[in-house]
Formats: sequence, structure tokens, C-alpha cells
Amino acid sequence: MLEPQIRIEGLYKVFGDRAQSVMPMVKQGRSKDEILAETGHAVGLNDINLTINKGEIFVVMGLSGSGKSTLIRHFNRLIDPTAGRIMVDDVDVVELNAKELNQFRRQRMSMVFQNFGLMPHRTVLENVAYGLAVQGVDKVTRRDKASQWLDTVGLAGYGQQYPSQLSGGQQQRVGLARALCTDADILLMDEAFSALDPLIRSEMQDQLIELQGRLHKTIIFITHDLDEALRIGDRIAILKDGKLSQVGRPEEILLNPADDYVEAFVRDVNRARVLTAEVVMKPPALRLTTENLDEALKQMRGWKEDYAYVFYEDKYQGVVTQEAVEEACALSDATAPTLHDMAEEGPTVQPDTVLQDALPITLESEYPVPVVSESGEYSGTLSKRDMAEILAHSNVKSEDKSAEDIAAE
Amino acid sequence: MASESWLTQFPEMERADLVAIRKALDGAYRDFSRSYGEVIEAVFDPLLYFLVWFEKLLLSSPWWVVLTVVVGLVYGASRSWKLSLGVVASFLAIGYFGMWENTMRTMSIITVCTLLSIAIGIPVGIWMARSNRARSIITPILDIMQTMPAFVYLIPVVMLLGIGKVPGVIAVVIYAIPPVIRLTDLGIRLVDKEVLEAAAAYGATPWQRLWSVQLPLAMPTIMAGINQTIMMALAMVVIASMIGVKGLGQPVLKSITNQYFTMGLFNGLAIVALAIMFDRVSQAYARRTQRHLGGAQNA
Ligand SMILES: Nc1ncnc2c1ncn2[C@@H]1O[C@H](COP(=O)(O)OP(=O)(O)O)[C@@H](O)[C@H]1O
Ligand SMILES: [Mg+2]
Repeated sequence: MLEPQIRIEGLYKVFGDRAQSVMPMVKQGRSKDEILAETGHAVGLNDINLTINKGEIFVVMGLSGSGKSTLIRHFNRLIDPTAGRIMVDDVDVVELNAKELNQFRRQRMSMVFQNFGLMPHRTVLENVAYGLAVQGVDKVTRRDKASQWLDTVGLAGYGQQYPSQLSGGQQQRVGLARALCTDADILLMDEAFSALDPLIRSEMQDQLIELQGRLHKTIIFITHDLDEALRIGDRIAILKDGKLSQVGRPEEILLNPADDYVEAFVRDVNRARVLTAEVVMKPPALRLTTENLDEALKQMRGWKEDYAYVFYEDKYQGVVTQEAVEEACALSDATAPTLHDMAEEGPTVQPDTVLQDALPITLESEYPVPVVSESGEYSGTLSKRDMAEILAHSNVKSEDKSAEDIAAE
Repeated sequence: MASESWLTQFPEMERADLVAIRKALDGAYRDFSRSYGEVIEAVFDPLLYFLVWFEKLLLSSPWWVVLTVVVGLVYGASRSWKLSLGVVASFLAIGYFGMWENTMRTMSIITVCTLLSIAIGIPVGIWMARSNRARSIITPILDIMQTMPAFVYLIPVVMLLGIGKVPGVIAVVIYAIPPVIRLTDLGIRLVDKEVLEAAAAYGATPWQRLWSVQLPLAMPTIMAGINQTIMMALAMVVIASMIGVKGLGQPVLKSITNQYFTMGLFNGLAIVALAIMFDRVSQAYARRTQRHLGGAQNA
């Protein structure tokens, strides 16, 4: 179950020499620009409150300058807050002294950087092992562990190269291997894939998702790209001018944007590629579980529709029409087919199928398509109408202001 | 009398007052050097012993031993046959024209001055890079050291320590140390912020960050500083010979006063040959050890 791991409470960051004296203005709700003009202090973060669960990929998204990098640097205190608490399990990171902080960084968190942050004078292997070297781990262990992680990210054999000899995508794999090599359970990724070209970026996203499936780290992932956020995020926080606009699951953000800023972000998203069947489907209905034909007919007559879904021992079997059941009931018991025999095996979709893939199936099917998991569990139905509604909605607002317009305000 | 007002004539201080100030300062410094000169000299004794020992070593070893060692070092640092052959040729010419001994003396003092400048300059540069306050104090001092005519600070050094090798070394180091300090500071400040953040994020202590990231990444800039320091030290050799530093500078000085053009030229060329050798070798060494640095920073 969801278990909170990181809690951020009332976090503020003001950049400047006399940050504390500017805090009252920030708390009065004066705007970032006003404060900058009046005091020369930049408000980086403004009253951030967040809970991040163990094992989730938590994405922080916002336009450039919205404070994403500032926020992520507070988790391991590369930046010190002006006010607020950062709790990781039971540790208040803000209270740690220099020595404890180093220990904390070594054991609990590792970080991946936008421009990789690799050490050009060290070989790839030495880069991956850097975290261990800092901890004073012996050379042999270091080498073994580093080359194991290099294998994992698909760079076996590159250990003796230097970062400058690798492509951007490969360099970031080194960055990822370095982060994983210390076995820290929290991974901070600041626009880790933003410097890569689209094809490589999508490969890296896949690799991250695949690795996460095995490692179950808590990942805080920064991006300015909503598609990326929707693709890898379990939950997404949207940041604007140092304030949180909205925090929620991808479909919540997509379907119920909290304000114009979020709205502008999500408008251009291709919903068909992001939303899954389970988000759009209607609750399960028309479910026949009985073996008895007369019983089944009675149930079906009670329903509005003239078809139903047949289940046997909780496994989905297929669709039957009311007409077919009526005919079967008319036959003598000996010759009558069972419901099971009559069920026409039709198409199904899985809960995590994206609408883009579910659409052709739904369009071709005569009946709403049941959503059935791999283990046969029935969780809902997907109709042409539901899909049309969701997908059409995304186009309605296309004439609104674009994300850039809103950001410029 | 009105024409002699402060409007037409700069209001100077009374001549007598000026003389009094000069006398007071000179007297105070003379007293200081009389009473502490010996103590300060004693502090520099180890340096003197080392200088004398090193010069003797170079002078008393057979020329071919010295040449072999020098070429060995040159090749080891640069891995270049061309450069090594060039060095052999220059040294043979220097010896043939009778400048071997002076060249050895100059080489020994330059080596010591360079090592001393590095040993003092890099830590000072690191300190400057870490503290803006240190920087704001040290920068004007370096400016003074670089612009003050060398003869001016030769005077107090000579008053304090007399004429000889140690005052010579001190004068050369004062003149030559600013580049290594400035460029160490600059190099460290230019280190890619993200790489430094990465080191911090993995829990590196400030000391570990210095050794594993800042110094290695600043090294090309620091090497450029060392290179300039060597060049400036060589340029100072002639001036240092005025306070009794033996070597290639003395014949040059003699040529100036006696108008021996050819003698001046030959010794000058020997200094140039040393300069080119130090320069090329240190640059080749820097290039060879830092060939991986460039690419990744551009990536
Ligand atoms: N060291 C700093 N000094 C002053 N202002 C800063 C500093 N770092 C960031 N800022 C300001 O804080 C805001 C957020 O910056 P940042 O966190 O880098 O944004 P993002 O990563 O979302 O692009 C910007 O307005 C930026 O100008
Ligand atoms: Mg950023």
C-alpha cells in the first residue's frame, strides 16, 4: 500500500543576502515580480507542501524558471531552504549537520543531472563507482559493483572509455548507473532526459520504467515536458512561479486541470496516447455468473440491454445475446447448449491499454468492449460513446491560449 | 604673494617634513632589519642549503649525465622525440659556446623558484577561490606585485637579507607568482557547476571535492598559470643578477654596461632556449595528461 516517505511542509526559498527579511512580503502573498523589483530578491519556492510515497515515480513539472531545479536541490540540500521542513522517513533533512548530511547523501539519495555531471577526467567505470569511492569502499568491490551496474544499463564493455568518447544517451546511462551504484533508495532526476534527442529520450524513459519495475525506488523526476511526465509519472506536481498549481495522478491532471496554467499545459496532449482504458471505462455491468439458462434469461430481461457478458469461475467467457438465450431456453434440457457454449468470444482490452490502441477494437466491436485483466478479472466496459466523449473533449479547447501565452502573463 | 596661492602652485608639503618622513621610515626599516635580519635569514637557511646543494649537483655532475637526465625528463613529460632532440641540440650549442655553467646556475634557480611559486601559489589560489573575502584582499596585492617595478622591492629585500641567492629567489618569486595564483583561482571558479554538484550530491566532503573534481578540472588553467610563472621567472633572471644571483643574467648585465653586443646576444639566446624548453615541455605534458577533459565539457 501507499506509504509516505518524503514530506515537505511549508517550504520557502528566497534567493538573496537578506532572505529572512523578505519572508514577510512573500507570506503576504506579494508577487514574485513585485518582490524582485522592490528588494532584488528572487522567490524560488513559495509554500510548497508535498507528500511523496515510497516506490512511486513522482514527477515535478513546470516551465523553465518555475523553480523545479530549486525544489529538487532541497531534497538533498544542495540548496538550503529559507523556511520549512523536509522529512525523509523520520529524518528532518534541514536539521542535519555537515557530517550527517554527507552520510545521508551517501546512503539515502542519489542524483542524475541534466547535463550528466560526469567527471571528464575519470573513466566511465570510475565515474559509476564515484559514490562508493567517496564512501571509502575498497577498489575491488567498487569495480565489481560498478561494472555490474554498467551491464544493467546496457554499457557492458565501456568501462575503460572516457565520458567524452560516449554519445549523450550513453553518458546519461553512465549517470544513471552512478546513481544506482550506491543503492540509495531515493533517486533525484533533474531533467535527466531533457538534453537527449527524442528517440534516445523515449528509449531512456522505457529503460527507467523497466528498471523501476525491478528496483522499486522512490524517484523524483523533474521535467518540463508533459508527455514525459504523463508517460513515467505515477503522480505529477505542477509548479508555477515557485508555487504548486496541482498535484495528482496523470489522468486527474489531464481530465481536471486545476487552473488555466495547468489547462494550457494539458491542452496539446494527445489524450489517446496517454489515457488508459481503466480511466475511461464504465463500472462493470451485465455480468452473468449463473449456469442456469432460465435464471440467466430472467436477469437479462431485467436489464436494459439485450446482451450480457458471461463469466465462468470468475473468468470472462464471451458475450451472449438475449435472443440466443431465449432460443436455448425453448429447447429441451438435453439438447440445449450451455451459456458457456453460446458465449461468443469477442474482443477485450486490458486495463492499461491506452485509448489509441483500444479505439480500433472498440469501433469494430458490436458491443461495448469488456475491460479484462490478464488474469481474467473483469473491471469495466469501454463503449464507443465514452471514448468519443473523452477524446472529443480534448479538441474543444484547442483555440484557447497556448502554454506560452499563459506563462508570459 | 597672491600669485603663489594654492590655486597656481600645488600645495606641497614642506620639504623638511618630507625628508623627516623618509628618514623616519628608512630608519625604522633599517632598525628592523638590523635586529631581525639574522632571524629572518635563519628562516630562509633551509632554502639556501637546498639552493646551494642543487646548484652544486648540476655543476659537479658530468655534462653528459645532466644532459641525459634532462632529456629523460623532457621525454617523460612530453613523449615527443622531436622536442627531446631539440633540447639535446640546444644544450650542446650552449655548452659549445661556453655557457654551460651559467645555464646550470640559471636552471637551478628557475627550478627552485618555480617549485616555490607552485607550493605557495596553488594553496593561495585555492583559498581565493573559496572565499570572496580572501579574493578581495589578495587581488590588489597581486596587482601591486605585478606592476611595482622590480627594482623597488629589491631594495627592502636587499636591506633585509643582503646580496645573494636567497634575496634573488625571493625577488623572482614575488615577480613570478601572481599568474599561478590568479589562474588557480580562476580555474577552480570555472569548474562546471554541475560536476561539482554531482560530487556534493554523492556525499563528498569539501576536501574530497577539491581533490576529485576542482583541482583535476582546473588543471589546464593551473598549468597555464605555471607556464606563465616559469616564463616570468626566466625574464627576471637578468634583474636578479643585479643582486648577486649568478647565471645567465650576469653576462647580460656585463654586456649592457660594457656594450658587448654579441656576448649579450648569446646569453640572451640561451635564456630564450631555456624558456622555450620549459614552455614546450610543460605544455606538452599538460596536453598529454588532459586530453579527456576537453571533449566532455563541450558535450
Ligand atoms: N542561485 C540563484 N540566485 C538567484 N536566483 C536564483 C538562483 N537559482 C535560481 N534562481 C531563480 O529561481 C527561479 C527558479 O529557478 P530554477 O529552479 O532553476 O527553475 P527551473 O529549474 O524550473 O528552470 C528562477 O526565477 C531563477 O532566476
Ligand atoms: Mg532546471
